[in-house]
Amino acid sequence: MEEIILNKLSYPILSLIVFLPVLGALLIMFLKKARHIRWATLFVTIAAFIAALPLWSHFDKTTYKMQFVELYHWIPSMGINYFIGIDGISVLFIFLTLLLGVLSVLVSFRSIETKVKEFHMSILVMETAILGVFVSLDFLLFYIFWETMLIPMFLLIGVWGGSNRVYAAIKFFLYTLVGSLLMLVGIVVAYFYGGQTLNILALSSVQYPLHIQVWLFMAFFAAFAVKVPMFPVHTWLPDAHTEAPTAGSVILAGVLIKMGAYGFLRFSMPMFPDATVLFAWPILILSIIAIIYGAVICLAQKDFKRLIAYSSVSHMGFVTLGLFALNSQGLEGGILQMVNHGIITGALFLMVGIIYERTHTRVIADYGGIAHAVPWYAGIFMIFTLASIGLPGTNGFIGEFLIILGAFKAHMIIGVLSALGIIIGAAYMLRLYQQVFFEKLNSSYENHPLPDLNLREVITLLPLIVLVFWIGFYPETFLSYMHLSVENLIQQVNAGSGGRHLLAEYIKIFRGAF
Amino acid sequence: MKYVLIPLLPLIAFAINILFGRKYIKDKAHWVSVPAVIMSFILAVGAFMDVKAGKVININLYDWIVSGNFNVTIGFLIDRLTVVMLLVVTSISSLIFIYSVGYMRGDKGYYRFFAYLSLFVFSMLILVMANNFLLLYFGWEAVGLCSYFLIGFWFDRKSAANAGKKAFVVNRFGDFGFGLGIILIFLTFGSLEYLQVFPGAHSIVGQTLNIFGHEVDTITVICLLLFCGAVGKSAQIPLHVWLPDAMEGPTPVSALIHAATMVTAGVFMVARCNPLFVLSPVAMNTVAVVGGVTAIFAATIALVQNDIKRVIAYSTVSQLGYMFLALGMGAFSAAIFHLYTHAYFKALLFLASGSVIHALHHAKHDDEQNMQKMGGLRKYMPITYLVFILATLSITGIPGLAGFFSKDEILWRAYMGGNLGKFLWFLGTTAALLTAFYSWRLIYMTFHGKFRGTQESERHLRESSPVITVPLMFLAVGAVAAGWVGIPPLFMEHGDRIGAFLAPVLGHSEGHGTHAEEFMVLGASIAVALGGWFIAHRMYIKRPELPQKIMDKFQPVHRLLFNKYWVDELYDKTIVQPLLKGSEKVILGIVDAKIIEGVVNGVPALIGAFSRRLRRIQTGIFSYYGLVMALGALIIIGTMIFLK
Amino acid sequence: MVPLSWYIVLSAIVFSIGMFGFLVRRNLIIIFLSIELMLNAVNISLVAFSHYLQSINGQILVFFVITVAAAEAAIGLAILIAFYRNKPTVEADEINLLKG
Repeated sequence: MEEIILNKLSYPILSLIVFLPVLGALLIMFLKKARHIRWATLFVTIAAFIAALPLWSHFDKTTYKMQFVELYHWIPSMGINYFIGIDGISVLFIFLTLLLGVLSVLVSFRSIETKVKEFHMSILVMETAILGVFVSLDFLLFYIFWETMLIPMFLLIGVWGGSNRVYAAIKFFLYTLVGSLLMLVGIVVAYFYGGQTLNILALSSVQYPLHIQVWLFMAFFAAFAVKVPMFPVHTWLPDAHTEAPTAGSVILAGVLIKMGAYGFLRFSMPMFPDATVLFAWPILILSIIAIIYGAVICLAQKDFKRLIAYSSVSHMGFVTLGLFALNSQGLEGGILQMVNHGIITGALFLMVGIIYERTHTRVIADYGGIAHAVPWYAGIFMIFTLASIGLPGTNGFIGEFLIILGAFKAHMIIGVLSALGIIIGAAYMLRLYQQVFFEKLNSSYENHPLPDLNLREVITLLPLIVLVFWIGFYPETFLSYMHLSVENLIQQVNAGSGGRHLLAEYIKIFRGAF
Repeated sequence: MKYVLIPLLPLIAFAINILFGRKYIKDKAHWVSVPAVIMSFILAVGAFMDVKAGKVININLYDWIVSGNFNVTIGFLIDRLTVVMLLVVTSISSLIFIYSVGYMRGDKGYYRFFAYLSLFVFSMLILVMANNFLLLYFGWEAVGLCSYFLIGFWFDRKSAANAGKKAFVVNRFGDFGFGLGIILIFLTFGSLEYLQVFPGAHSIVGQTLNIFGHEVDTITVICLLLFCGAVGKSAQIPLHVWLPDAMEGPTPVSALIHAATMVTAGVFMVARCNPLFVLSPVAMNTVAVVGGVTAIFAATIALVQNDIKRVIAYSTVSQLGYMFLALGMGAFSAAIFHLYTHAYFKALLFLASGSVIHALHHAKHDDEQNMQKMGGLRKYMPITYLVFILATLSITGIPGLAGFFSKDEILWRAYMGGNLGKFLWFLGTTAALLTAFYSWRLIYMTFHGKFRGTQESERHLRESSPVITVPLMFLAVGAVAAGWVGIPPLFMEHGDRIGAFLAPVLGHSEGHGTHAEEFMVLGASIAVALGGWFIAHRMYIKRPELPQKIMDKFQPVHRLLFNKYWVDELYDKTIVQPLLKGSEKVILGIVDAKIIEGVVNGVPALIGAFSRRLRRIQTGIFSYYGLVMALGALIIIGTMIFLK
Repeated sequence: MVPLSWYIVLSAIVFSIGMFGFLVRRNLIIIFLSIELMLNAVNISLVAFSHYLQSINGQILVFFVITVAAAEAAIGLAILIAFYRNKPTVEADEINLLKG
């Protein structure tokens, strides 16, 4: 096959990275002391991160093809392979996942006291599952990883979560499962239409009739839209984020919800180009609604974590907006914004977790004026606040600017409306910041002082701060990975498959309706 | 490379202070920041020399964002307009930094103050030095951020925290338009670099955009969107509401950011984009009208305010209005000229009022800004009084001082600008009358008459220390002499040196007026300046009971002005409250909690209800299950037999 | 030589007795015995058919059934004892915790 470049390293690097965490989970099963378990987990996650560094240096940016590919027969009679590889889109998410994996272990050092072993095993298993999703190039493999990730997350929320954790966990599980099952049906249909193969690359080059594309697109859309989450199916997210332990929220916000948007990129767009063009408009409109709706709803939040959770809805609205603008600025901005959102929201959840350990409250009104008590904390929180509202010089700006530029290219009104979200974004984040850090010190902290960040916490946050400014001032490091992959994707979508003329008719009817 | 150092030095100072200030540097923070900004000033003078010699410096450092056909660099353009701004920014910053050493001494956030100020200078320098729109936007947002930090510097005060947030959010409304304008520029020109956009501007004249079925001139749309940003940053109607509140910040901040530099960024930006604006008469007229109306609108409010800093703040809004008026009339260099003189006399006014507040602060340990509690200060603070008088003479346009030349040039350009221009000239001249009145009112209320505070505080009144008064004196020199580079040709051949200097960038606007008309305009300006002075003198020195009488007589008018036309309340009622209430009651309360969650929780509830019925089959009686099983087996066997 | 039909009839009778017992008796032990009876009825017919068709398959299946029956009896009795410890009764009607 010419679409792939086999792994040229002397060892199967991707398999190593993917399965290292789960091997680590097996290892810590034999450990007894909580302290050992914590350090062992930390060691495993860091080892996985280091193991991935060759991907950074050996990545070939001059091609859009899949790289570091490993391809073995698995169930030959059904055309199922163990087929993994990465391209310029997925490589960034590998690193994001590995980084947030390390940080979520670090932040849990003090906060998790019960069932320490199970907690860390869940985190490691989840890391494997998420990495697996990003490298899989075979649908069965992909689906297994996709669903595996549900279980540890379900446990993280349901066991170590807040007061309403069981409801949140079940809601999260069922919500995502319903979407995924529709996708499973879609996969089966694609399997039979695409010549009995589950090879994602092969299926991407199959030309499906338009009506099949539409149905399949909708089936996949169900799974991905829930995971993103897009506008009307977002309500699991505030509950899950709010109830999850800090590490859970970080992973959930940081990488898990990226899998939905990644799904659009990897499957929906190349496999169903005509349906993508057809559905671009409704999705753009849903994205606009999500941006503004998510932002406005933040103004009414009284819970620290809930606010950040709803802000994720708004930010992920930007992501889908960028992706479905279907031009290079929108797509690159969208992908970059996925990474950015992982960094920023991950960091914000880390920060909330850090202060929650000290105050044991998530109610915004219980804070106030703590900037004098915890100046470093306040300063770092400010950095992430600014990144969240997209101030130039931070990573949030690059992503949002490219997205709005792309959206504006797609349609002027869409671009204008999306920019509105930025105004409200500033309003709710600054409002939060004022309520938490400014004004008079809340009387409950006068007697027992709040300690400022300790070294471990600073180390946890430092990589994210560096990334905020790195991407803000020199995004090319990250954008350069995706240029060719995005270009190729756009070509695939634009080339379309059969039924373009039919599609043109549909779109005409659709736009006429507006 | 030395040009890069101009913004870089303050940035380094910021980084050092913010990282090490709290633990190590503490009250020595000025030793980091002040030398940095003075070095920047020296380098800026160097740049000025280079540019004066005819160089235009355009350096690209590296590619910032590359995506598809979009490419924007981090790069600097230093031309004649830039160096004027560089000199204004760095010189005034240097003086205000030194002033702050005395003014902020003993504040627990001393290091933070200097860190933010340094960051501000960095941002402002980036703003003026950028060679493309996106980097301009970077500086634009960054100065807004510093303004947010510094307005809310004393963030334990709710009002300060609110004011900072308000400034940021209101500015975001402007930036919303500004950002879209930048995007539209890119989509129209395919680049964001000044040197590629401006020369190509002519080629897109006549291009139109389709907005909701209307064909609209592209250039006009671009210019109006850009102007949105200027309206926000320079506090023009209708986004002027944040600037008066911004006076919650320390006085050096008000002087540097909210008078001399940041708020003039809008003027700078429009002047920078003059090749675009001149192509769109609609946009130019909009700019001129907004400027003219703001000038008089803000001046009327300033008439009745009692907070010393707010009076000056409204005066700033009004003066910014003049600048936009000039821009809109095509007199770009006149606008920059006024920007430059205004920076000196307005910074001086603020710093001098800061000196007053500082004195009262020492006396009472409480920031007193209410002029009704002042009075008679001239005998305690002679230097402050003197520089205040000089600044006031300058702002009111007394011949020979800085403000006179620049304001007169604006009014004269307006007068020559057709019917609209005549109308705006009338507005401007009326505003000048009001300016003279409220400026002198301020002086009379503050420095003349008897001290109206407590005896206790009177005993502590004394002149501020030299670290405060020396910068005041330097600025006073500026307030007097800054205008001498722009003497109109009427008095002196080649007197308008700044106009000539800027002409390569801003073009040369020609006048079509006779000498007689010019003398008429000039005379009117001088007359209103003296007239306003005279009225203020009568009302506050000769017959101190008069203000109260007039107030009683025109009660509704006074209330209207005193409450700033209720614009804040209007925004609160129409935008802020509906948004907050709507968010809580409608979006969260109904859409999210009822409709969406209704469906989400409703489906499982339905299934549950169904299964509650279905489970009745499970009786729990053992033999019943056996019977069903047996019957089932029988039925299966029966059907198999009969169907065969 | 006994004809095949006799075996089948015997098997049917035994099966019916087992079924009847299973349905009407309330003592769990008896119900168990009835189940065993039904299994053995099946065994009878399996062996009979095996002999009649001269095929060893039927008898192999019988061994399976016997094994399964033994296992089932073991598990069933274990459950029964465990249950008896919680609720001192072996009456089937008393066991209705699974009532919907």
